[in-house]
Amino acid sequence: MRLILWTSAAALGIAAALWAVTVPAPLADAAALPQGDSEAGARVFAAAGCASCHVAPDTEEDGPPVLSGGEAFETAFGTFYAPNISPDAAAGLGDWTDAQIVNAVMHGVSPAGAHYFPSLPYTAYVKARPDDMADMVAYLRTLPASEVPSQPHDLAFPFNQRWLMGFWKPLFLRDYWVVPDSVADDDTLRRGRYLVEALGHCGECHTPRNALGGLRVDAWLTGAENPSGEGRIPGITPAQLDWSAGDIRAYLTSGLTPDYDSAGGSMVAVIDKLAQLPEDDIDAIVAYLKALPEAGQP
Amino acid sequence: MKRYFGQITVVAGILVAVSATAQANLEGPVKARKQHMQLYGFNLGTLGDMAKGDREYDAALAQAAADRLVALSAMTQAGYYPAGTSSDEMEDSRALPVLFEQMDDYQALTNELNAAAEAMAAVAGDGVEQVQANMQALGQACGACHEDYRKPRE
Repeated sequence: MRLILWTSAAALGIAAALWAVTVPAPLADAAALPQGDSEAGARVFAAAGCASCHVAPDTEEDGPPVLSGGEAFETAFGTFYAPNISPDAAAGLGDWTDAQIVNAVMHGVSPAGAHYFPSLPYTAYVKARPDDMADMVAYLRTLPASEVPSQPHDLAFPFNQRWLMGFWKPLFLRDYWVVPDSVADDDTLRRGRYLVEALGHCGECHTPRNALGGLRVDAWLTGAENPSGEGRIPGITPAQLDWSAGDIRAYLTSGLTPDYDSAGGSMVAVIDKLAQLPEDDIDAIVAYLKALPEAGQP
Repeated sequence: MKRYFGQITVVAGILVAVSATAQANLEGPVKARKQHMQLYGFNLGTLGDMAKGDREYDAALAQAAADRLVALSAMTQAGYYPAGTSSDEMEDSRALPVLFEQMDDYQALTNELNAAAEAMAAVAGDGVEQVQANMQALGQACGACHEDYRKPRE
């Protein structure tokens, strides 16, 4: 009897400790968010590539995006499905507060306080500016609502355990820049760094991951396995990509390589979004890529 | 058994010959469609290099390249994609199996490329600014097909 008591107490203690370690971080203060501007938000939304994942697969891209979700992402951990993030109150996030949306995007925490999986690249968005996020949310609220329900992810145990993200986040959710201020030492480079490391989340595909799915910042943007299994995502540091600035600029807006082959696969949707950005932003991205250290180790 | 040996050899020989011919017949279309893509690339290159400033703008050359893109994208692709030539079935092929199920969409996307080429051809001789302004749409029309239908490089 005593043994059972001690065992139960120990189990409770371990559970409490686990809960304490893995409980989502405190939420951002709603009052700290400025009033968003939906027009400016359209540019943030394009730079962050939200629609690339959250529009339904095989939809025509004319008109404002319908963010009904459904796109499947097959990975080593299982299949993730992009959820409905349209302003529908039941199926989407129409009745969430601005702070709840920003918390989801930047910290991977749901309104109910559960962890999201990093298939939502909050590891990049955590570096976003709150005023940009407020603008993005304002824009999001102008988009058409969709009643299509989100599909649950199809993940193998133990990767389907959200509370495990409580251990993962302290290891891999870093809010500092990979390329330091000493390298990104002017406004253009810092704008480029912001677009590549934060909003554009380029590292999510172009940087290799470790066994736990964390990005290897020591090999920043040096190329990686394609998570869908086919081919390889190319490295884009000057060591791997010897294109001129003009070549990169042309590629990022038209998808045409210096050999006049064209972008394919998921990069096509990325270029579709980049092409909506002002020229200055494209130039900033090019400047940042050109300034990356050859070895991939800033 | 020995009695039939000669006949079996003959039959096997015929089978090998037939399948080799079939293979050769399938290599033709794969080669042809790749060469069609090469022609797109060559003409896009003429325009793209001028747009980037890597090559001096030449109105007549730009116009010729744009006109050829219009012609190339207007050509029927019938016979380019026979069954058995997907990337799952032939090593040289990067045409994903899904393309063969969605030929109507492929044609629709080719028509959009044709429209982008027409827009370029309407102004390609009028100055390098016009070429620059139309490169993006042209390149994105190529990507529209390669997004879902082309296998990534190994």
